[in-house]
Amino acid sequence: MTTQTAAQTAGQSAVKSLALAKAINESLRKALETDPKVLVMGEDVGKLGGVFRVTDGLQKDFGEDRVIDTPLAESGIVGTAIGLALRGYRPVVEIQFDGFVFPAYDQIVTQLAKMHARALGKVKLPVVVRIPYGGGIGAVEHHSESPEALFAHVAGLKVVSPSNASDAYWMMQQAIQSDDPVIFFEPKRRYWDKAEVNPEAIPGPLHKARVVREGTDLTLAAYGPMVKLCQEVADAAAEEGKALEVLDLRSVSPLDFDSIQTSVEKTGRLVVVHEAPVFFGSGAEIAARITERCFYHLEAPVLRVGGYHAPYPPARLEEEYLPGLDRVLDAVDRSLAY
Amino acid sequence: MTVESTAARKPRRSAAGKTGTTGGKAAGTTGTKRTAAKKTTNAEPELVQLLTPEGKRIKNAGTAAYDPYVADITPDELRGLYRDMVLTRRFDAEATSLQRQGELGLWASLLGQEAAQIGSGRATREDDYVFPTYREHGVAWCRGVDPTNLLGMFRGVNNGGWDPTTNNFHLYTIVIGSQTLHATGYAMGIAKDGADSAVIAYFGDGASSQGDVAEAFTFSAVYNAPVVFFCQNNQWAISEPTEKQTRVPLYQRAQGFGFPGVRVDGNDVLACLAVTKWALERARRGEGPTLVEAYTYRMGAHTTSDDPTRYRHDDERVAWEAKDPIARLRGYLESETDTNEGFFAELEAESEALGRRVREVVRAMPDPDHFAIFENAYADGHALVDEERAQFAAYQASFADVDEEEGKER
Repeated sequence: MTTQTAAQTAGQSAVKSLALAKAINESLRKALETDPKVLVMGEDVGKLGGVFRVTDGLQKDFGEDRVIDTPLAESGIVGTAIGLALRGYRPVVEIQFDGFVFPAYDQIVTQLAKMHARALGKVKLPVVVRIPYGGGIGAVEHHSESPEALFAHVAGLKVVSPSNASDAYWMMQQAIQSDDPVIFFEPKRRYWDKAEVNPEAIPGPLHKARVVREGTDLTLAAYGPMVKLCQEVADAAAEEGKALEVLDLRSVSPLDFDSIQTSVEKTGRLVVVHEAPVFFGSGAEIAARITERCFYHLEAPVLRVGGYHAPYPPARLEEEYLPGLDRVLDAVDRSLAY
Repeated sequence: MTVESTAARKPRRSAAGKTGTTGGKAAGTTGTKRTAAKKTTNAEPELVQLLTPEGKRIKNAGTAAYDPYVADITPDELRGLYRDMVLTRRFDAEATSLQRQGELGLWASLLGQEAAQIGSGRATREDDYVFPTYREHGVAWCRGVDPTNLLGMFRGVNNGGWDPTTNNFHLYTIVIGSQTLHATGYAMGIAKDGADSAVIAYFGDGASSQGDVAEAFTFSAVYNAPVVFFCQNNQWAISEPTEKQTRVPLYQRAQGFGFPGVRVDGNDVLACLAVTKWALERARRGEGPTLVEAYTYRMGAHTTSDDPTRYRHDDERVAWEAKDPIARLRGYLESETDTNEGFFAELEAESEALGRRVREVVRAMPDPDHFAIFENAYADGHALVDEERAQFAAYQASFADVDEEEGKER
């Protein structure tokens, strides 16, 4: 944090432009500095700094005791993090890639999510599980998946996904401070996107959606990597004279239905966009609940754009599989045609 | 940086321990030699045994490493162990009866495993932390958990029922083997804190096949975590005998992970006490994990829902009855100490009183409030839970007029 300290001493603004990955790095650094109970653990997070360098330099500055290179065993990583949390620590664990989380799925769903309730509230499990997720980077199998719905379905877990560097910084701070386990989905294709981060700002609530762009004709709701796409869609639609509102949901569990409702009551139309398969995805839940809440405001059925009910395809097909500008615009047109 | 790096800080370990490092190493070495010898004969390895089934104290080269841990045990303490086992068995029998009477939905009996549980449980220190399976009623007793608290989850009024931090006795864990990782993580935390407490993780022969147990062995070895893995090999994982889980004696698994494993007579409370103390002291001294395999027998069914007649013969059980843990210690108390009939008679009365109390408490255990469904789903709250609780409340309230007519409380 020497940079920041120097800036502060000089009385300069603390605002800086950071890539999303670097923002998470700085957020972890801040947490390690301010709370001696915070630990960072995972495969290759130490010397290497993580395969995406999100934890770069942390072990060097905080030691092997706090930034822990673990054996290559995901269930073991989450299982021991639970034990450390029971001892009073606040572990932030990294799962290297989305598709590698499933060996830990049992510990997350069966143990981590339920232990607070089973203990009648007497123990807390402040564990953050970081998962780089999503496609679009030309990766090999199991490196491009979006399993957020599988976690949102589990009571006891909170599920969030930032779309930009500033949110990444603050949402990580808030996730670490949360006394509940948080599954923190990092949009890996946006890791290198820069944005201004103000470490001295006062952040909004972790689980509240944000209107990224105001509009009156239709609401686009997304989170993580799809927020940027939806902004591009809104730009393209604007050229055709359509004013789209873009919501960054930020949190998948809990989901800020109030903000979606407010927007839909204004626009009357909703398209939900995520990389995850549409079938039983978060868009399905949003469609059902918004239909119930906004039945008389809706001018069209809630539409969803997302992945198909097929295994994530090889990299050379992912552009066809993932929601892109045209597919979302197509859904916008279909909605507006009602 | 505002926080000092802890990398250089080594856990402070007390140098306490009755036999010191040599004792530990000697035991490990003996175990390994025995193993090697037995490979060719294909016979079962010997157990660490301090009391014969007839209640005679054994002292030989094989017990030397562990003898010091029970060398100064007093007759009163021995009677204490006996009392623990008798009361635990009585409580367990009462719980089985309560299940048969419909008061509990299920019960997992510990019958036959009293020595393994009381011996190991009494080896722990107050500041140690225990991670049980769902059958550690005897260990819970040693940790001071009120036995009636164990029954809540089996009656269906809660999914846990006690505050794990009060007695450093974690909640029962039903998904097999998961808790060994929690124990390892907790032990890693102890080491980071520089404390000299230790952790003991219970699991069974069936759990030894779980990936989580293997991962717990790996993590604990790599981080040299102060944890004792206490495996009660009760020969049966529901219907599957131990040979369906392993080709080698389970304690030998430890060797491949780089820490000592020892097999102890799980029906010998004195041996279980000594070996567990030895293993816990190793952990306290910073020597890392130990695997203790307590060789015992599940005298009853897996749970009250199980029917062992479908998969095992009675003669097996009869053979193990001759090695009963309670009869064994009684034999020793009667022949080697000044324990008189009065002690046994008083204990019998205490035992009956415990059974009565358990019965009364369980029968009086109220059903939980309906809103308990939503309680503690989250520590910091969750908007959807709030919304659904409100909907549930409105739904419940819609019966108010009906209830009023019928005089019911909801």
